[in-house]
Amino acid sequence: MIIQGDTGDWEIVIGLEVHAQVISKSKLFSGAATDFGAEPNDQVSFVDAGFPGMLPVINEKCVEQAVRTGLGLKAKINLTSVFARKNYFYADLPQGYQISQYDMPIVGEGTLLIDLADGSSRAIGIERLHLEQDAGKSIHDMHPSKSYIDLNRSGVALMEIVSKPDMRSPEEAGAYLTKLRTILRYLETCDGNMQEGSMRCDANVSVRPVGSTELRTRCEIKNVNSIRFVQQAIEYEARRHIDVYENGGEIRQETRLFDSAKGETRSMRSKEHAHDYRYFPDPDLLPLVVAQDFVDGIQATLPELPDDKKARFMTDFGLNSYDAGVLVAERASADFFEQVAAGRDAKMAANWVMGDFFAAMNSGDYSWEKPPVSAVNLGKMIDLIKDGTISTRLAKDVFIFMVETGKDPAIIVEEKGLKQVTDTGAIEKAIDEIMAANPDKVAEVKAGKDKLMGWFVGQVMKATQGKANPGMLNELIVKKFQE
Amino acid sequence: MSLDKKAVRAIAELARIEIPDEDLDHLAGELSGILQFVEQLAEVDTTGIAPMSSVADLTLPLRKDEVTDGGQVAAVLANAPDADDGFFTVPKVVE
Repeated sequence: MIIQGDTGDWEIVIGLEVHAQVISKSKLFSGAATDFGAEPNDQVSFVDAGFPGMLPVINEKCVEQAVRTGLGLKAKINLTSVFARKNYFYADLPQGYQISQYDMPIVGEGTLLIDLADGSSRAIGIERLHLEQDAGKSIHDMHPSKSYIDLNRSGVALMEIVSKPDMRSPEEAGAYLTKLRTILRYLETCDGNMQEGSMRCDANVSVRPVGSTELRTRCEIKNVNSIRFVQQAIEYEARRHIDVYENGGEIRQETRLFDSAKGETRSMRSKEHAHDYRYFPDPDLLPLVVAQDFVDGIQATLPELPDDKKARFMTDFGLNSYDAGVLVAERASADFFEQVAAGRDAKMAANWVMGDFFAAMNSGDYSWEKPPVSAVNLGKMIDLIKDGTISTRLAKDVFIFMVETGKDPAIIVEEKGLKQVTDTGAIEKAIDEIMAANPDKVAEVKAGKDKLMGWFVGQVMKATQGKANPGMLNELIVKKFQE
Repeated sequence: MSLDKKAVRAIAELARIEIPDEDLDHLAGELSGILQFVEQLAEVDTTGIAPMSSVADLTLPLRKDEVTDGGQVAAVLANAPDADDGFFTVPKVVE
């Protein structure tokens, strides 16, 4: 995206830092639970509360999840990594430091392919992924003069995933977050829920004149809780930079907050001096060493990832890039589609899944565990269309009955009498009746008003309660008028 | 490397330690002395030796992902100077 300023054209440079909460039963360095929504401070060990003398012991599942995510991002796994203390003071950080990784993260450089609206794809570099502890939660609206602190989240494992400054538009930033979330969910290493805060995003934004390769001073926009807001925040921030430069000013490196109500970013003064974190290796923790066998074992259990699945859907099922992209956005939707499409017309299966099925899914209290129509029944319904038992038009009714009753489509067709009429004699009889009742319109068609033929089709359909086979009906009507 | 008063004041502020101005010179001298003591290590030739982050020739032991702790709100809050309704409470942190 190019922004036209008063002095020339500008380009945006964006890098994203995503904090993804690791799916694990217990915390990174303690045996307290990680479930969302527990009573305050009920999931807190003395380690998480920073009590004196407590020592951290690392959770192997969290290490496995970080390696799994690294492999999913086609990144280098560092067999030796080191935990460091990031020192700062805040009421919800009881230790006075966050255990994180600094110069030796567990995962190094990787790549993520983003899918853009015009159907193209672009590779975005991953700089690193490291493991760290989450902080507790401060609640500021429970008391006029006090903040309330809940440490349930304190010590939960996070993966901080840092991109290279490779994105050039809010659209690309949105595509990056969407794709990253999809991959995390495929890998089952993070649930990707931005509303509940299990995936949080900080955006680093700067601008430069088009054609320049310099990296100018960036501002960091913290904790924006939806993809749409990230995009709004980036656009606002980029225009602010351009305004400052074009009026002869300078951008100061700072942390800013996005106000979604006003659609603007503003300086977070409290963070002004916070950038000196005085990292040093955590003396409580030895270097983390993982064996190549451990990494290979995880590699062997990786699921088929969305890019590969999309490519396979295009080659094996003949789907176009857009349809394949929509279907693989969730692992569950891809699995559902594959079940419906198995041994059937894949394009037809894709249309039904993405059309009536997705619409039904969004219209009620459904989930992939409890879909409005089972994949087996949707498949059977497609079989009934293919063998001519029902028309596509009748299938729409059958589909609605399936949502309502959950019954087998063959039983619904039987019970509701929805079988399409393919008996030539019966259809002809219906046509004859309509023609006999409307001699004036018959005359008009014969006089050359072809458009009226559609009206006859509609009338016959109505007379047969929509059960006439549409192909046969069209053919027979044309023939009747030629007689 | 030696530290001046300004650096000492900045470090104290980051560590949330209040230091009266008249102590700064003295502390700058002491801290610089410690740094110089440690800097003697730089005289050792470490060419070709990988940086170490621990002197123990051990690696990090891992634990199983099991819930073995928590469910002790009263104990967690026992030493809190101020608490309410299961929460720690602190003077309001204004953002």
